[in-house]
Amino acid sequence: MDQLAPLIAASINAGTPLLLAAMGLLINERAGVLNLGAEGMMLVAAIAGFAVGYTTKSPLLGFMAGALCGMLMATLFSWLALVLATNQVATGLALSIFGAGLSAFIGQRFVGLALPAQTTGIPGLNGIPFVGPAFFNQHWMAYVALLLCAAIAWFLYRTRAGLILRAVGESPESAHALGYSVRGIRFMALLFGGACCGLAGAYLSLVYTPMWVEGLVSGRGWIALALTAFATWRPARVLLGSLLFGGVTILQFYLQGIGVTIPSQILSMLPYVATIVVLAMISRNPDWIRLNMPASLGKPFRPGAS
Amino acid sequence: MFKSAFTSLPFRLELRGTPSRRMTYLSPVIAIILTLFLGALLFIALGKDPIAGLKVFLVDPFSSKRAISELLLKSIPLILCALGLAVCFRASIWNIGAEGQFTVGALCAGAMLVWIDVPDHAVSGGVGLILMIIAGVVGGAFWASITALLRDKFNANEILVSLMLTYVAQLLLMYAVNGPLKDPNGMNFPQSKVFSSEFMLPTLMSGTRLHIGFAVTIVAAIVMAVFMMRSFRGFSLMVGGVAPHAARYAGFSSRNALWVSLLISGGFAGLAGAFEIAGPIGQLLPSVSPGYGFAAIIVAFIGRLHPIGAVFGGLIMSLLYLGGELAQSRLGLPSAITGVFQGMLLFLLLACDTLIDYRLRWKNQE
Amino acid sequence: MTAPSSRLHIAHIRKAYPGVLANDDINLSVAPGEIHAVLGENGAGKSTLMKIIFGTVKPDAGEIYWNGELVHIANPQIARKLGIAMVFQHFSLFDTLTVAENIALGLDSDTDMQELIARIRQTGEKYGLELEPNRHVHTLSVGERQRVEIVRALLTNPQLLILDEPTSVLTPQAVEKLFVTLRKLADEGCSILYISHKLDEIRALCHSATVMRGGRVTGNCDPRNETSAGLSRMMIGDELVRLRRERNPESQRNERKLHINRLCLPKAHLFATELKDIECEVRAGEIVGIAGVSGNGQQELLAALSGEDQRAAPNMIMLTGSAVGHLAPNPRRAKGLGLVPEERLGRGAVPTLSLSANMLLSHQKVPYVKHGMIDFGYTRKIAASIIERFKVKASGPDALAKSLSGGNLQKFIVGREMERKPSVFIVAQPTWGVDVGAAAQIHAEILALKQEGCAVLVISEELDELFALCDRLHVIAKGQLSPSIPIEQATREQVGLWMSGLWNEDAPNAGAEAAHV
Repeated sequence: MDQLAPLIAASINAGTPLLLAAMGLLINERAGVLNLGAEGMMLVAAIAGFAVGYTTKSPLLGFMAGALCGMLMATLFSWLALVLATNQVATGLALSIFGAGLSAFIGQRFVGLALPAQTTGIPGLNGIPFVGPAFFNQHWMAYVALLLCAAIAWFLYRTRAGLILRAVGESPESAHALGYSVRGIRFMALLFGGACCGLAGAYLSLVYTPMWVEGLVSGRGWIALALTAFATWRPARVLLGSLLFGGVTILQFYLQGIGVTIPSQILSMLPYVATIVVLAMISRNPDWIRLNMPASLGKPFRPGAS
Repeated sequence: MFKSAFTSLPFRLELRGTPSRRMTYLSPVIAIILTLFLGALLFIALGKDPIAGLKVFLVDPFSSKRAISELLLKSIPLILCALGLAVCFRASIWNIGAEGQFTVGALCAGAMLVWIDVPDHAVSGGVGLILMIIAGVVGGAFWASITALLRDKFNANEILVSLMLTYVAQLLLMYAVNGPLKDPNGMNFPQSKVFSSEFMLPTLMSGTRLHIGFAVTIVAAIVMAVFMMRSFRGFSLMVGGVAPHAARYAGFSSRNALWVSLLISGGFAGLAGAFEIAGPIGQLLPSVSPGYGFAAIIVAFIGRLHPIGAVFGGLIMSLLYLGGELAQSRLGLPSAITGVFQGMLLFLLLACDTLIDYRLRWKNQE
Repeated sequence: MTAPSSRLHIAHIRKAYPGVLANDDINLSVAPGEIHAVLGENGAGKSTLMKIIFGTVKPDAGEIYWNGELVHIANPQIARKLGIAMVFQHFSLFDTLTVAENIALGLDSDTDMQELIARIRQTGEKYGLELEPNRHVHTLSVGERQRVEIVRALLTNPQLLILDEPTSVLTPQAVEKLFVTLRKLADEGCSILYISHKLDEIRALCHSATVMRGGRVTGNCDPRNETSAGLSRMMIGDELVRLRRERNPESQRNERKLHINRLCLPKAHLFATELKDIECEVRAGEIVGIAGVSGNGQQELLAALSGEDQRAAPNMIMLTGSAVGHLAPNPRRAKGLGLVPEERLGRGAVPTLSLSANMLLSHQKVPYVKHGMIDFGYTRKIAASIIERFKVKASGPDALAKSLSGGNLQKFIVGREMERKPSVFIVAQPTWGVDVGAAAQIHAEILALKQEGCAVLVISEELDELFALCDRLHVIAKGQLSPSIPIEQATREQVGLWMSGLWNEDAPNAGAEAAHV
């Protein structure tokens, strides 16, 4: 039983970058834009966050650098996908390939360096038996992520701006006919998504494994994309999903720890296999997808084309 | 507010009546030139002489017979993977997992060799080679078929599935070289034994590492060109990618298209993997590809999803890889600079491709 | 000069797109409380003009005066603020959102949802446009969706209401109801711009009309004083040619080429219509029509007939005597089926391919394809012959499908299918979006097919077309098919009733197949 609290805490820790990235992607996708560059954005943000955090000794500045990088890359994506109406799939891939190359390139100088440990936990609450160590001993960014999740839920369903966003994702042609600036709204959504993915990447290099190695993100950007679909683009379910996936990530270490004799590489496959299984399960029913998925997801929009 | 951000740009995009054929061929050329230009700027920013930098990428790879052989050698996996990806992308099936299919192909080929390359092997060199190649192709095709199955039966998005499988494939390889396929006499390094020379691919250019795989690749490109451009099967795949309703009206089965394109794609990637194992690498290592499967995506796009274009695109991408390696030794830059160039090239290519469907109109002309 | 009594005055409006001058020197005036028709065939430029008034499109030249003052309508928000509201032909609705949310998006400021719901109910009652505000739009019928569009427009308290082809999705009875609403609005002082090509409706409803052809204004009149023939002369420069439909008295004894045998098909997906017990036969040498408002199962029926939907039991669809319900499109083609689908671009033809390549969609055997290889020379030759025979305006067989106008592409597709020398010819919406000249030609070709002994099935939403072409007529409503009646015995009123599914309560000739003329 005393294993459970650290497990929960580790799951939250592992799930936080997924939660952050998925929240950003959720806003993107609700507006109808598919940004497959999440992995690339997270990689660049991770190295930027680490580099800034290391040189300035301030994790906060590191996080801000990460968010800024995410937004810059999102702007690059917007330029291509919104202004030039390029194929969103190819553009997102380009962003990921570019991000991988750029981060490896910049990161060469920072391999193997270590950051000082940061304080974790909410004082007072983290002393409560069981619940304390399980839930209240996280880095402050984890709680920011949680607040972000709640804020997005409120935004989407209780504000006019959120309604407009959902409308744009459902039918950009209709939104355009009614006079809304589809590309402008999508651009803002992409910026926000970039910032979130940036925070997620920075979290990985500043908090989760506080150091830089090439390929640090290890596919979490892609997992976050799957997570948004798994959660049917609803914030509460994204929260749940990120916890579950965080748990799956942690599971491999737990199993190794209790002496399960499956080779470590096979155990490391767990998050990826879990993602595949989840994707298969949720995609099965096309009606359910039609009702929940933003209908225009991934299709380029050209105003005045018709 | 943001509408004015778009309308305040100094140019406007105007839809062409028909897509410009000229731009279809010109666009990659412009993109490459722009990439080199940005590359020169990058060199300057890094404190290196831009001319020296460009020379490393553009001139040095052609400077000797050996250099050219390396150029052609590296283009083999790129072209082969791109041939398969071209089929998939034309059918609008976004197979992003070529890297994983390559890895599994290499793994199966290597496993086959580990099995038959024993001291008193009964299998001759030629037969062994054939068996190994078949293992590679089947392995790659099998890995791709998982993606096909999940999309066919569960409607799962092939982009995410094929990507996840890439990570799984890489872990599978790691597991194999750390465990079942590890060289017992290898001082516990995670690698298989080095395979006997009789099971290696025969050389094409004496004194170099270039093997007959290159000839096979060129033949494959020609065959695929005929298949895609002139055969009815190729036509039906393409229609499915461009107008799925019309394909259904015509009676083209989308399920058929899904399986055929993924199996072809996986088979080609697996073949490329087998060629790497029986060629330059000569054994199984924890990593058998510096991202060929992903680079091949760019190659396919540069080549306009055409098999002959894939040959040219493969040679250009090979140039970038070699340039990156040389940049490390001759300019002191991290070899990861290749990835930066690759990304830039794809961005610029996508941007230039806009000019195929749209005309650029400068606003001060009006 | 600005007419001081006008609410809207348009002067010298011009708009050009690549390759076409959509609006050329357009002048138009609408007074308060006036119902003003804008009349013209497809492609005359009416929709473009309306988009300019509503602010979605900017004109290249010209002025717009609103209540006597010069205005610049840069976007729909400004149009709404002025008091202009528009109901589009293609609805601007969001399927997964509720009626109330859809309407909220059409208003400019943040409104309290509860208050809005009350206003929706009020407006609905006042004008006969009842709506349930909390329903999701995807559960609504096409007629109900139009109500959402209209209520959304009305809640902005417009002084000018623009309606673009509003009756194409309505039964004759629903059209009457709409006209009552519009007259009420006009009586309250609202101006109405009514875009249509339906002459009878315009004569029944409108006070004045501007006629457009080829992007220009070709006439102004009071439609109440004009005949349909007179209006049509202004609209297309000539009278609508009356087709001579000769009914073949022997046709009922001819071989039955197509038999839809109690076809039942569950929904393929969420927004589909279930087909129940569809019973229909077409004999050689006759044209049978299926009328119906869109969204009542036509698409599903067509998919079952073409072979794109193979879930039917084999003998639910009999083609020249063989059971084909479970077969794919090409085996059906082999048995003599030629089919022209509803959507030209994207289903009937691939937009980015040439006309000769598009031949291969329905011609896939020797001599087009030999040993798996395409004979491009042959496809080009046949495509060229179709272009010539059907007078398709295209630069040649290598022209891309999307470069053709709607009418010309439709002619090509019809020609391609007729090239198959089909025994059964099925066509859906043969002249939707097609200019009058091409439409007449297509109708003539269909009649010629019938004379040659082909069995023809026409599925259409245009009653005029069906009355002109068909020997017998069914009506499809909510996935069920009425019995057929000979065309001489059919009236618009009766068809309108049947479109609501009410054929069982009808006159005695319902259900009786006339054996002789």
